[in-house]
Amino acid sequence: MNPSRRAEAVLLPLLVAAALLLAWHWAVIHTHTRIFPSPEKVARGVRELARRGVLFPYIGASLFRVGSGFLLATLLGVPLGSVMGRYRGAATALNPLVQVLRPISPLAWIPLAIVFFGVTNLSTIFLIFLASFFPIVVSTMNAVRAIPVIYLRAAQNFGFSGLALWARVILPAILPQLLTGLRLALGVAWLVVVAAEMIAVDSGLGYLILDARNAGKRYDLVVAGMLLIGVIGLALDVAMRRVERLRWLRWGFSGR
Amino acid sequence: MRDLRRWLLSLSGLAAFVAVWALAVALSSTHVVPSPWRVARGLAELAVTGALFKHTIASLFRVTWGYLLGVLLGVPAGLLLGWSGRAARTFDPFIQLFRPISPLAWIPIAILWFGVGDPPAVFIIFLGSFFPITVASMNAVANVNATHINVARNFGLSSYQLVRRVLLPAVTPDLVVGMRLTLGIAWLVVVAAEMIAVNSGLGFLIIDSRNAGNRYDLVIAGMVMVGLVGLGLDVVMRRVERFDGLRWSYGAANTADAAEGARP
Amino acid sequence: MSAGAPKPLGRAKVKLAVHGVSMAYPAHDKPIQVLDKIDLDVREGEFVCIVGPSGCGKSTLLNIIGGFVQGTAGEVRIDGEAVTGPDRRRIFVFQERGVLPWLTVAENIGFGLYDLPPAERRARVANYVNLVGLRGFEDAYPQELSGGMKQRVEVARALAVDPDVLYLDEPFGALDSITRLTMRSELLRIWAAEKKTILFVTHDIEESVQLADRVAVMSARPGRIQKIVDVDLPHPRDLSDPRYLAIRDSIFEEIGIAHRV
Ligand SMILES: Nc1ncnc2c1ncn2[C@@H]1O[C@H](COP(=O)(O)OP(=O)(O)OP(=O)(O)O)[C@@H](O)[C@H]1O
Ligand SMILES: [Mg+2]
Repeated sequence: MNPSRRAEAVLLPLLVAAALLLAWHWAVIHTHTRIFPSPEKVARGVRELARRGVLFPYIGASLFRVGSGFLLATLLGVPLGSVMGRYRGAATALNPLVQVLRPISPLAWIPLAIVFFGVTNLSTIFLIFLASFFPIVVSTMNAVRAIPVIYLRAAQNFGFSGLALWARVILPAILPQLLTGLRLALGVAWLVVVAAEMIAVDSGLGYLILDARNAGKRYDLVVAGMLLIGVIGLALDVAMRRVERLRWLRWGFSGR
Repeated sequence: MRDLRRWLLSLSGLAAFVAVWALAVALSSTHVVPSPWRVARGLAELAVTGALFKHTIASLFRVTWGYLLGVLLGVPAGLLLGWSGRAARTFDPFIQLFRPISPLAWIPIAILWFGVGDPPAVFIIFLGSFFPITVASMNAVANVNATHINVARNFGLSSYQLVRRVLLPAVTPDLVVGMRLTLGIAWLVVVAAEMIAVNSGLGFLIIDSRNAGNRYDLVIAGMVMVGLVGLGLDVVMRRVERFDGLRWSYGAANTADAAEGARP
Repeated sequence: MSAGAPKPLGRAKVKLAVHGVSMAYPAHDKPIQVLDKIDLDVREGEFVCIVGPSGCGKSTLLNIIGGFVQGTAGEVRIDGEAVTGPDRRRIFVFQERGVLPWLTVAENIGFGLYDLPPAERRARVANYVNLVGLRGFEDAYPQELSGGMKQRVEVARALAVDPDVLYLDEPFGALDSITRLTMRSELLRIWAAEKKTILFVTHDIEESVQLADRVAVMSARPGRIQKIVDVDLPHPRDLSDPRYLAIRDSIFEEIGIAHRV
């Protein structure tokens, strides 16, 4: 990017942000709403949450749930997807099951999650796991299938097989696509944790939003919670993109 | 013979799943988690009373409107952002900020703005569709082969012709894949929204069956229905992808397909 | 070799004038100088080849001449008019990569004929389908064609709009040697019949000597025009003619490689 464009990329969004904030402020004042908060009230809400000492614990709780569920899904989903991508028989047997379970909204599992795990962290972790597991399996499977056959033949020619073949050829070959798949799955996990916390537990940012509304119509805290969710989700996405761009991972099949 | 074996194999995963489920229920002698047979009976019960049909239609209605609105606004917005560097530099940060806000986090505000009933649910599904489809359209434009744009410039196409004859056909395959993945998200969102915000639809059926009398057979029957409808929507969208007018993409489809499952 | 007998082309007017064109791509620390003050005149109806080592900037130069890329210095004039962008009178053939995958063969060939009435367009397309030997494939999509057939679609599409200049960037690079030979004589036939001005980039020295009136030899990066060699031999060229071999060897020498293996 040349310097004038870089300046534009900072200035134009700032201008729009200022305009949006002004419009929001103006709309709150001119509609004389008592319920919907002004930007200042939201900022004060964030500070209040920090002072009450719930802000960081709630953020931590949400991140912990997403982190464990997502990690578990990766540890199980990548191997399963690799096997399904590599062996036709495995895909034939397991794919119908995956395809039937996948479109069930992870949140539809909430009643069962509570039966299995009670109102605990475990049940939200289970929901996050479900939300990310199927996307990871499917994207790993597709990535393995897309490996050019010549790579596999060349590796077999040099005597690689089994786990060595997976570690030395298959995993590096799918890595760029896999990371993209993981980033998108992490995005879904972040969507789901918020919803799961609204229904199934009593901590975390999702709970904060619903609780702020139900207990006293504190819409300033509702909006504060939403913005926090946006900022943290954005940070997760940016971090994953950084990983994708690491030079030694980046070779990619830059397809087109 | 070979086909028969393949067919049996393809059922084996599902069969094993149901068998393990039935066995686990029988061995643990639980009274809470129902066996597959009780779920089947529950499904039949719902079908007979008409509740199944009613709730399915309610969910589909909300998804249709929210998704259509999202696509109608998101596709043009995404194409514009993908095409104009300045528009992207201006608005991309906002899209990236609002996108990770779970649409369900909007529920309190949706109720505040739109009251109760369908409008807030449609609004939430709209949000759940708008951001993914906008980002998918942006990426589709970014993926257009620069040589094809150069060809269009070389032959002196006007801007309108460039969009109609080169840009739109070039992005169509990616766009259709993006629309399918977005519909998957919309379906995920509607079920969750119905659990919190309204009192009809499959999501409501699930949560209500639990709250009113711990009818876990109906809970799982509802989940099965959610899965089947979701699968059906996916299959329909894949049909569209195979549509003749889009068939040119077959060669390049692998790249787009590899990201599937991982929704935008 | 520049002292060949005067030939008719010598009197033709200059069609395309490249003057002091330089190009630097921005990079992390300091810009990479890719082209350094290129001067080149091409006469009307002339067939000029540009050869040079890989990465010396041939494609960059051709893209600047075609108006797709803006050079950092210098200018390109065609018929005395400065080039500011691509134009339908001058068509660039992008190997086979410029074939639009969502259009059939016939639709691709008719791509630039949008301002003709349909009947005339159909006639023109049919004519060029025949010319490049793709009869029977009018309704095929590009992914059903071989690389050589796609290449011919691009050439036909270029010719169909009757441009005065053709730019070809290693158009036959991806083809097998038999198709490549046929395509070469096809191109020469079309060039003789339609009298286009042709600027042809290749890294195949044999190819350049077989085709061109003049061969511009570029040096390694930053690309300069090191020498311009006249190939003063009538077509069809006899590839065992000592004069042909002498010219070819002189270019090999110019680039600094022995052509014997
Ligand atoms: N968009 C770009 N950004 C930065 N550097 C570039 C870009 N395009 C080309 N280059 C650099 O410019 C140089 C010349 O590239 P160019 O493609 O013109 O070479 P070429 O002579 O056509 O090579 P080849 O015979 O391999 O096709 C190369 O060293 C390349 O690295
Ligand atoms: Mg080149």
